[in-house]
Amino acid sequence: MRLDRLPISVLRTRYVPGGWDLLAFVLVFAFFVYAAQAARGLAGSLAHLEAVPISLAPSALVGYSARTALRMLIAMSASLVFTFTYATLAAKSRRAEVLLVPLLDFLQSVPILSFSITLLFFLQLTPGRVAGAEMAAIFLIFTSQAWNMAFSFYHSLRSIPDELIEAARNFRLSPWMRFWRLEVPFAMPALIWNMMLSMSGGWFFLTVSEAINVGHTTVTLPGVGSYIALAIEQKDLAAIGWAIGAMFVVILVFDQLLFRPLTASADWFRLDQEVGLTPSHSWALTMMRRSHFLGLLARAFAALLRAGMRPGATAPAALERRASVWDAGWVDYAWYALLALMGLVALSKTAGFVLGEVRPAEIGQVVILGLITLLRVAVLIALASLIWVPIGVWIGLRPRVASIAQPIAQFLAAFPANLLFPIVISAIVLHKLDPDIWLSPLIILGTQWYILFNVIVGASALAPDLRYAAENLGVHGWLWWRRVALPSVFPFFVTGAITASGGSWNASIVAEVVSWGQQKLTAHGLGAYIAEATIQGDFQRSVLGTVVLSLFVVTLNRVFWRPLYARAERKFRIA
Amino acid sequence: MNATAAALNLAPLLDVRGVSKSFRKADGDALVVLEDVNLTLRPGEIVGFLGRSGCGKSTLLRLIAGLDDPSRGVINYLGRPVGGAAAGMAMVFQSFALFPWLTVLENVQLGLEALGMPEPEMRRRALQAIDLIGLDGFESAYPRELSGGMRQRVGFARALVVHPNILLMDEPFSALDVLTAETLRNDFLNLWGEGQLPIKAVILVTHNIEEAVEMCDRLLIFSTLPARVMGEIAVDLPQPRHPDDPRFRALVDRVYVEMTAKPRGERVGPKSERFPGTGIGTTLTHVSSNVLAGLMEAVAGPPYNGKADLPAIAQELRMEVDDLFPAAEALQLLRFAEVEGGDIRLTEAGLQFTREDTDDRKKLFARHLITYVPLAAHVRRVLDERASHTAPKSRFFDELEDYMAEEGAEQTLRTIISWGRYGEVFAYDDHRQCFTLENPT
Repeated sequence: MRLDRLPISVLRTRYVPGGWDLLAFVLVFAFFVYAAQAARGLAGSLAHLEAVPISLAPSALVGYSARTALRMLIAMSASLVFTFTYATLAAKSRRAEVLLVPLLDFLQSVPILSFSITLLFFLQLTPGRVAGAEMAAIFLIFTSQAWNMAFSFYHSLRSIPDELIEAARNFRLSPWMRFWRLEVPFAMPALIWNMMLSMSGGWFFLTVSEAINVGHTTVTLPGVGSYIALAIEQKDLAAIGWAIGAMFVVILVFDQLLFRPLTASADWFRLDQEVGLTPSHSWALTMMRRSHFLGLLARAFAALLRAGMRPGATAPAALERRASVWDAGWVDYAWYALLALMGLVALSKTAGFVLGEVRPAEIGQVVILGLITLLRVAVLIALASLIWVPIGVWIGLRPRVASIAQPIAQFLAAFPANLLFPIVISAIVLHKLDPDIWLSPLIILGTQWYILFNVIVGASALAPDLRYAAENLGVHGWLWWRRVALPSVFPFFVTGAITASGGSWNASIVAEVVSWGQQKLTAHGLGAYIAEATIQGDFQRSVLGTVVLSLFVVTLNRVFWRPLYARAERKFRIA
Repeated sequence: MNATAAALNLAPLLDVRGVSKSFRKADGDALVVLEDVNLTLRPGEIVGFLGRSGCGKSTLLRLIAGLDDPSRGVINYLGRPVGGAAAGMAMVFQSFALFPWLTVLENVQLGLEALGMPEPEMRRRALQAIDLIGLDGFESAYPRELSGGMRQRVGFARALVVHPNILLMDEPFSALDVLTAETLRNDFLNLWGEGQLPIKAVILVTHNIEEAVEMCDRLLIFSTLPARVMGEIAVDLPQPRHPDDPRFRALVDRVYVEMTAKPRGERVGPKSERFPGTGIGTTLTHVSSNVLAGLMEAVAGPPYNGKADLPAIAQELRMEVDDLFPAAEALQLLRFAEVEGGDIRLTEAGLQFTREDTDDRKKLFARHLITYVPLAAHVRRVLDERASHTAPKSRFFDELEDYMAEEGAEQTLRTIISWGRYGEVFAYDDHRQCFTLENPT
C-alpha cells in the first residue's frame, strides 16, 4: 500500500553498531569517568582543600584541566538556562523589557572581578565545604559568559521574520513548541557564535575566577587558573609553558567536540545561504549523525521534548488572546512607578553605602582614573584597528588563509593576559619603562581579535562583482583601500570595535595591575583601582569603581558607538 | 449544476460583517486600512481578493485567520466569532514561511504535532499529503535544497495536512516564476476539481488579474487605502479555463474597468486631502522615471498611437497590475495621461514628452512636477524661501505624518526625491538627510 511506503531515513531503525558507534561509545564513557573524577572534589571540606596545595607538577595539570573544563561546562549550561529564561522574558513582555534590557547592558559592563565580592555569600551557603567555593568560581565564570549570550538571544527573538511567527500561530503551536521549534533554532547561529566568544572570555579571566581573593578570604580551587596564578607567584616559567599547553589542549577538545559540531549543525538553521567562515564539516558531527547509539540518545531526548509539547499542548484559541485586566493602561503606570521607586531605593542604598566610607572628593578622582583608562582603551583600539584592518582585509579576500586564521585568532582571544605577565614585567623592569604606557597593550590583548574576526568576515563577504569592477577600472593602491576595501568592511569593523572596546574595559582589571613573584607593577586607571579595592576587601571602593566603570561603558555605547553603528548601517550597505 | 450554485444552498462557512481595521499612527491618530468589509464564504467556492499590494487585502486575510483582531465588525466562522488563531483555517504564505531547520516531512507534520496527534497517525497523514501534492522522494530534504516551486508545494502540503475547512492563500504564486506558478495553479485546480483536497473552500489573495480569473468563482475587488470592496464579479466559466478564450478576455477586461473606476462616494472629512493629487497629503507610490518614460513610449507607439487597452499593454510589457497601475496613476497625476474604463490615453503633454530628447524631457517633467504635484511645489517653495536653500527631510516628514502612516510618508518622500532629482527641480543629500537646491557641479 502506498501509504506505508516510508522514506529510508525513517525506516532505518534497526540497531547495528558500527565504527562510529565504537568511537562515540568510548568518548561518552570517557567523559562520564572524567566528570565523575572531577566532581569528586566537590563534596570535600575546605580544610582538606587548604591542606593540599596546588602543585606545579605538569602531571597535576591533567586533573586540573578536567576540573576547569567541567566548571566551564557547568557555567556554560547555567548561562544557557539564564539566556533562555531572561532573554525570553525580556523579548516577550513589554513591561519586563524596560527593566531587563538596560540591566543586561549594565551587567555586561561590570568587570568580573567586581562579582568576586559574592564569594562570602557562596561560602556561607555550605559552611566548611568546597561546594560553596566551587559555586562561587562557577558563578564568576558564568558572569564572564552569560550576558552577551542573553543579548544575542534577545536580538534573535526580536528579529524572527513575521511570516514564520504567523505560520507558527496559524498552525497553533503551543508556546513550548514554538520555543523549541521556531525561536531556539532561529537564534542558534548567533547564539553559538556568542557561546564561542563567551568561552574565550571565561578563559581570559580564569585566574580571577579560580583563585579568588577577597579581603582576608582566599580560596584557591584546583584548576588551570589557580595553576597559572601559583606559577606567576613562584616565577616558574616552565609551569607557565605547561599551562599554555594544557589550555591549548582543552580549547582544542572543546573546539572539536563542542563548537565545531555546533557550528556545522548551525548551518542547518540559517535562513539564507550566506557563506560564513564557519567550518561546515566536523568529524564529531559526522560521528553523532552516523552513530546509532547517539542516535538513540537523541531520539530519546526528542521524545522527551515532544512529550513536553503534548499534554494540553495546543493553547485553546480563546485563551491565546484574552483581554484581561493586565492589559489596562493603569497597570503600566503602576509598574513604571514601582520600577522608579525601586530605582530610587537602590540608588539611596548604594549612595549611602559608598558615601559612608568614601569622601565625595574621591569620586572625582575615580572619574579621572576612568578618563585615564578611557584614553588607554581609545588609543589602543585605534592602534589595533590600524594593524588589524589591513591584515583582516588581506586575509578575508583569501578564503584559504581565512579558514586557517580563524581558529588561531579564536585561540588567541582565549589567551589569558596573566600568561604574558613575565615577559611584560621583565621588559618593563629591564628597560626602566613607564608602566602607565607599557602595561597598556595588555588591555587589548584578548579583545583586539574581535576586530580581526569581523573584518575578515566583512572582507570575505565583499561581492566578487565589486572586486572585478574595481580591477577592471584600474582602481589600485590607496584609492582601492579608500573606495573599495574600507567602506565595504566598515560596518563589520564597527561591530568588532564595539565588542573590543567593551571587553577592553573589563580587561583593565587584569591589565593595569601586573605581578610576577614579588614584583608588582601598577598603572594608573580605573581597572587598577577596582582590582586593589576588591583584593583588599574594600567593598565601598570596589562598588564605586564598578559603578563609575559601568557608567563610562554605557555612556560610551550610547553617545559614540550607537550613532556610529547606525551610520555605518545606513551608509555602507547596499539597498 | 455548478459548484457555486450548489454552494448557495449550504450554510456559510465564514461570515464577515462590517469589518474595519485601523492602526494607530505615531501621533496617536488612527489610520484606517480596511473599511466596512462584508463577505460570506460558502462550501465549494474559491473566492479571490483582488487588489494592489499593500492595499489591505492581506490584512483582511489575517483577520479571518484570527492572527489579528478587527477594530470593528465581526467575523464568524461556522457561526462562532473567531477569537485567536482558529482551527479549521490553514494558510499558505507568499514567502512560503517554511522552517528552514525542519525537513519537508517535519515541516508538513508541524501542524499535526501541535494537535498532539500520535506519531504513527501523524506520519501517515503527512505522507499522504506529501504524496497528494507531488513531493514524494523529497521527504528528508531541507527547504533550502528545494526550488521555489517545490518549496511552495511543501507550503501547500503543510496547510492541507491539517484538513482545514478553509484554505487561506496569501499570494501563494507571486514569488514564483511564470512557468512554475502556472504548473502549481493547474495542479491545484485539478486536485480541487477532482475533489481530492480535504478542504471545503478557498480564499485567494492576489494582485494578478489573470490568476484571479483563472482560479476563482467569485472576485472581490479592493480599493487602495483604505481597502474597501469596490466591486464583486462572479466568474462562471467552466474549468479548465484558457486565457485565450474570448470570454476569459472579456472578464479580464471587466476587472480592469472595475479597478480603474473612479472611487464612488468619496467622503470629504475635515482632512479633505483625499482626492488624488489635490494636496500635499497624497501618498505617492514610487515609480522610476524610466518606467514612466517607457510606458509613455509604448502607449504612444504603434499599434496604440496614444490610447491603449490596459490588459493589452500589461501583456505586451509583461507588467503586473502592481507595476502597471502605479505607473499609470503617476502619469495621470502628472497630467501625462488619463486612465479610465480600463484604458490609458496620453495627453498632449504626454505625446510631446515622447518626442523630445533627454534634456527637454527633463524640462517638461519638471514643469509638470511643479504644477501638478503639490508636494514638489511645496518643497521647492521652502527651498527658495530659505536663505541657505536647504531644508531637512524631517521637516517634510513631520508634515506628511499628519496625513499618512510612517511608511507612507517615507515612500512619498522617496518618490518626490527621485522625481525631483530627475526633473532637476531640487537635489537631495542623503548623507545629511536634507533637500538642497545645489547639484554638484
